[in-house]
Amino acid sequence: MSRRLHMILGRVAQAIPVLFGVVVISFLLTRALPGDPAAYFAGPAADAASIAEIREALGLDKPLFQQFLFYLRDLARGDLGLSLSTGQPVMQDLAMRLPASLELTLVALGLSCLIAIPLGVLAATRPGSWIDHLCRVLVTAGVSMPTFFTGILLIYVFYYLLGLAPAPLGRLDFLYLPPPSVSGFYLIDAALAGDWQAWLGAAKQIVLPAITLALFTLAPIARMTRAAMLSALSADFIRTARAAGLGQGKILYGYALRNALLPVVTTLGMVFSFSLGANVLVEKVFAWPGIGSYAVEALVVSDYAAVQGFVLAMAVLFVLLNLVIDIAYALIDPRIGLS
Amino acid sequence: MAQISMNKQPAASSQWHHILYVLRENPVTMLAFALLGMFLLCAILGPALVPYDPLATNAARALEPPSWEHWFGTDNLGRDVFSRVVVATRLDLSISVAAVALSFVIGAMLGAVAGYWGGWLDAVLNRLLDTIMAFPLFVLAMGVVAALGNTIENIIYATALINIPFYARLVRAEVNIRRDAGFAQAAKLAGNGDLRVLALHIFPNALPPMMVQVSLNLGWAILNAAGLSFIGLGVRPPTPEWGIMVAEGANFIVSGEWWLALFPGLWLMLAVFTFNLLGDGLRDMVDPRKRS
Repeated sequence: MSRRLHMILGRVAQAIPVLFGVVVISFLLTRALPGDPAAYFAGPAADAASIAEIREALGLDKPLFQQFLFYLRDLARGDLGLSLSTGQPVMQDLAMRLPASLELTLVALGLSCLIAIPLGVLAATRPGSWIDHLCRVLVTAGVSMPTFFTGILLIYVFYYLLGLAPAPLGRLDFLYLPPPSVSGFYLIDAALAGDWQAWLGAAKQIVLPAITLALFTLAPIARMTRAAMLSALSADFIRTARAAGLGQGKILYGYALRNALLPVVTTLGMVFSFSLGANVLVEKVFAWPGIGSYAVEALVVSDYAAVQGFVLAMAVLFVLLNLVIDIAYALIDPRIGLS
Repeated sequence: MAQISMNKQPAASSQWHHILYVLRENPVTMLAFALLGMFLLCAILGPALVPYDPLATNAARALEPPSWEHWFGTDNLGRDVFSRVVVATRLDLSISVAAVALSFVIGAMLGAVAGYWGGWLDAVLNRLLDTIMAFPLFVLAMGVVAALGNTIENIIYATALINIPFYARLVRAEVNIRRDAGFAQAAKLAGNGDLRVLALHIFPNALPPMMVQVSLNLGWAILNAAGLSFIGLGVRPPTPEWGIMVAEGANFIVSGEWWLALFPGLWLMLAVFTFNLLGDGLRDMVDPRKRS
């Protein structure tokens, strides 16, 4: 157990330089952004003197290194600065909008796993068959779909043509009141409040964007499942299980799939990063009020602090998620920590 | 001498036989090559092939659905969507090819140096790559384009930057396992310098898996560039580009003018699909065991 603890601590220590690098890059990126935030903040009617005053107040006249130290100090306090476009602290804006993005990403990932894992298992148990080829073509098509295009296509078919989906305008139709915020996830909050009409409304809104994202993440999960299942099925313990006369279902799901799931879980971390990136596009298409659309709006008005906060938040989220996955992996896998 | 060249001949032709065999076994890969040919044709001859000027507006014939005259219909300014889609091929392909070429060269150099010499160089490079990979890559590309300025060159740099880690890691691994191999030591004993051994003896072994990576990356780079211009970064209207055309078409989709967004989107998808299939096919040729 102590060896395992040692490994986990080592993994945590590994994440620290990466986090520091992320902070440095996100600082440098936003310092290089075009446009002068002091001029923007001062407004169109400001003269040179008041712009200089604001620049001083924002600390933009100091040398870069000093600005970085200020930045670190503010970060330690959880202060990401003020967003110039909303006038709110960036941290507050991000915290308010993060649940919307997370809800969408998690629903999409869940949906994607529900389809991709059985598909991968089917393809692996029948290599070379039509279902294997279908799986290959399907996943290649899925990964070739630009998410923004899939989203638009789905809107056209399900909103314009069939009228099944609600207008692609955010998380909840204005007919309903948003449920009292507990987790920030409308689906959970509405269920907790027992407001099933709002729940249904929120579910209807999330279906199309979630399918859009899920189509995009199908490919890596299905591929990984197929590969992991193939290698698990060719292992000795499966041969032994077959020789012992165990049923096909028991062998497939009880032994092979359980072993194949470990690499699949690792892939999920990578897929999560992909979908965080793709989220930006999906949120723009569906006017989803998450942090992706927040960043796009901030980019347009060269809102330094907001973009910086967004990029940083995404990267930190991703580093921490991978850390958690690796630790979970170390806890689950009996082989790790023994060698 | 004659002996050697005679021995070489069958080896080369068996390679060909292998490639032909794989192609015959896998009609999907053959299709991918055919599609690639079509896209290259569009990219090279684009403006000469299309029936209309992609920038010519015609207010009298705005928003017409597809017809014999306008295969893909016309947009809100009466421009021919088919002509714009075909002409855009050159721009989209050049962006992704330039970006992938840049990351290929930079990634290969970084990876080769780190894999061959190891030590602190390797450690620093690994930390750097970890940091790049710690960002959701599309988000990083967004940040880079916003930071450097909103131009096509910067889209290329951003796309190249986010692809570098894949090449550097691949080359590093391939070089690392071969740096003490017998043939490398023999080459050193024969008096070759480190750089020469690395560049001419070790590095070529990394090329086959890199070609697979290039093909998969090209598709991804196209998606990335189109995504950036979809959110308004990089290419500006009225330049025909697939991402922008889809973005402009999106405004008309809720009123039923589907052809504005559908055709550029499908074309874009087909291009990415082609490169992905090609990558899979190349992998089958290079390393049949890795098929997944």
